[in-house]
Amino acid sequence: MTAPAQPIVNRRVARFSAWQPRFLRSLPLRLSVLAICAIWTLPTLGLLVTSVRNPLHITTSGWWTALLNPFAPNQWTLSNYQTVISSDGMGNAFINSLIVTLPSTVIPITIAAFAAYAFAWIPFRGRGILFTIVVGLLVVPIQMSLIPILQIYSAGNLYGSFLGIWLAHTGFGLPLAVFLLYNFISQLPRDLFESAAIDGASHLQAFTRIVLPLSVPALGAFAIFQFLWVWNDLLVALVFLGPGAEVRVLPTALFQLIGSRGGSWHLLTAGAFITMVVPLVVFLALQRSFVRGILAGSVKS
Amino acid sequence: MAVARTENPGRSRFLLPIAGLIGLGLCGAGILVLLDRQGGPHLLASIYDLLGNSAGATALRNGSGDQVIAKILLAAIALAVGVGGIWLLFIGVGSLVSLLRPTWRDRILPWVFVGPALALLAVFLVYPAAGTILRSFVDDHGQFTLRNYAVMTDPEFIQILRNNIIWLILGTGGSVLLGLVFAGLFDRIRRESLAKTLVFLPLAISLVGASVIWGFVYAWQPAGQPQIGLLNAIVVGFGGQPIPWLTTSPINVFAEIVIMVWLQTGFAMVVLSAAIKGVSGEIIEAARLDGASERQLFLRVIVPMIRGSIITVATTIAIVTIKIFDIVYVTTGGRFNDDVVANRMFHEIFQFFDDGRGAALATLLFVAVLPVMYINLSNFRRQQRGS
Repeated sequence: MTAPAQPIVNRRVARFSAWQPRFLRSLPLRLSVLAICAIWTLPTLGLLVTSVRNPLHITTSGWWTALLNPFAPNQWTLSNYQTVISSDGMGNAFINSLIVTLPSTVIPITIAAFAAYAFAWIPFRGRGILFTIVVGLLVVPIQMSLIPILQIYSAGNLYGSFLGIWLAHTGFGLPLAVFLLYNFISQLPRDLFESAAIDGASHLQAFTRIVLPLSVPALGAFAIFQFLWVWNDLLVALVFLGPGAEVRVLPTALFQLIGSRGGSWHLLTAGAFITMVVPLVVFLALQRSFVRGILAGSVKS
Repeated sequence: MAVARTENPGRSRFLLPIAGLIGLGLCGAGILVLLDRQGGPHLLASIYDLLGNSAGATALRNGSGDQVIAKILLAAIALAVGVGGIWLLFIGVGSLVSLLRPTWRDRILPWVFVGPALALLAVFLVYPAAGTILRSFVDDHGQFTLRNYAVMTDPEFIQILRNNIIWLILGTGGSVLLGLVFAGLFDRIRRESLAKTLVFLPLAISLVGASVIWGFVYAWQPAGQPQIGLLNAIVVGFGGQPIPWLTTSPINVFAEIVIMVWLQTGFAMVVLSAAIKGVSGEIIEAARLDGASERQLFLRVIVPMIRGSIITVATTIAIVTIKIFDIVYVTTGGRFNDDVVANRMFHEIFQFFDDGRGAALATLLFVAVLPVMYINLSNFRRQQRGS
């Protein structure tokens, strides 16, 4: 019934609006989209341009003037990055960020995947209540944990240690990870597990050979979310790792740079860009999974 | 053949747990190195000693020498322990349990799977949350008191709460509204994905990074000097006086909210855009046939149909804005009448060393998040059932 009707409708709409030139009609739309994109891009562009400008020019003229005279002598330099990486310790902080972030991403996902599988496919006593509690913990803000955990860490010599911050990020990330992975793993077809059980596969085998390979999209999406969350985190890093130059991560280092080099925009912009490089590369390389990860993990932040 | 077949599973049955145990031992050693504050240099020094490079070892122990190599060594150990150790733990213990009798195995195995998660949640969320709530009701001597909460009626705190409410309304409302408008606009242009990418990109940037980016946009120089901040350059270009955006109350609250909206709009846009594309074409055609204008179509047909997604986006962003900390902490530290609860809480604990008040503020955040999270989760469940 509807199928033959549709072309007629489309043609009628098209003929009705054809009296106005297409381009003119869409001009306001195009201009507003252009303005939106400009507003959303210019602040970051300004940062990027300033980070490679000669410090002498930065305080005397706006960054946009550099784009107008790109070939002026002594306009561009990479020395800002050199200074920030070596003497302001951003290079060290970058390595620390990697040390903190990779295990803080892999550990919670692994622990959550095992738990999600058990919650979904192994019947045991108290399963329903425990799962409800785990999901219920999503409401607990990280702020609730700071004081008691800090006391434990001071007593156990974990303050300022990588082990301490891995555990903290794992604990804080778990409710969401279990929740999301459970939603995915519990939807896998029951037949798979039944036939695996008939073939004599143990739960461990079913998990490693069936669940993990099939859950790659969900695992990847959450991995990207957790990676970004940990990489960009300031609060947890500030509280549990602290400001010591040996262990501090990029957001902490950038924050301290603001304190010590407040007006030196050439260093601040270079430092800020160093903290952004990895997430931006992840974003551009894995845009699809990135979007999925952000959407999947959005309940938390 | 038959012999080999029975032998192989038998051997792997024992090999795997043994390999797992060896791995666990190595991880234990790795953790010891990581727990030692000077673990990296000390380990490398020991290695240098073994290799006979005693000069290098001494230099390392004195805090100089190949510190970079020590750092990289530490990083390698950290990654091996953190990434490999957790797998070894599960597979090793899992294999050990599977050696048990079936009845015992079936009883224990689920707890091997959920045990680590439950233990970590108990230590990092359940126990601290209970502890923080209890702490907020006692004074430094352990006596019951409501003073930590009574402080919240001071004028100073009233202002903090007012700021948080402005954040909640404008931060959430602004992001959702702009996200919805952008999704609707971009839906009708040809280079939709490029425009979306540009608006979505800031979501990859940390709040600290975004604060630096916008700190530069808001940069201020006294009148007469060249303005290097984009916003003040525009203001001066139109003949106005430059405004110190981040230190002038109450403009600074709004200037900080703009940073948040800039970050979160992309998220709202992507979710809502997907929802708009999910609205069936037949319904849209029917509305057009009934003579609905494009605006009516959007407001009266599409928006009501994507209500669930709008609630998801709004509650998610609301939870972020209630707990907002980084932006205020980094841009001004809340010093110019722009303080918010989470920032104040941080300062109570780490600057004024008043754990009681800090705990009360954390509990306040918890109570504020509760209803929003409830709406979020029940909405999620409704959508799951619907789809």
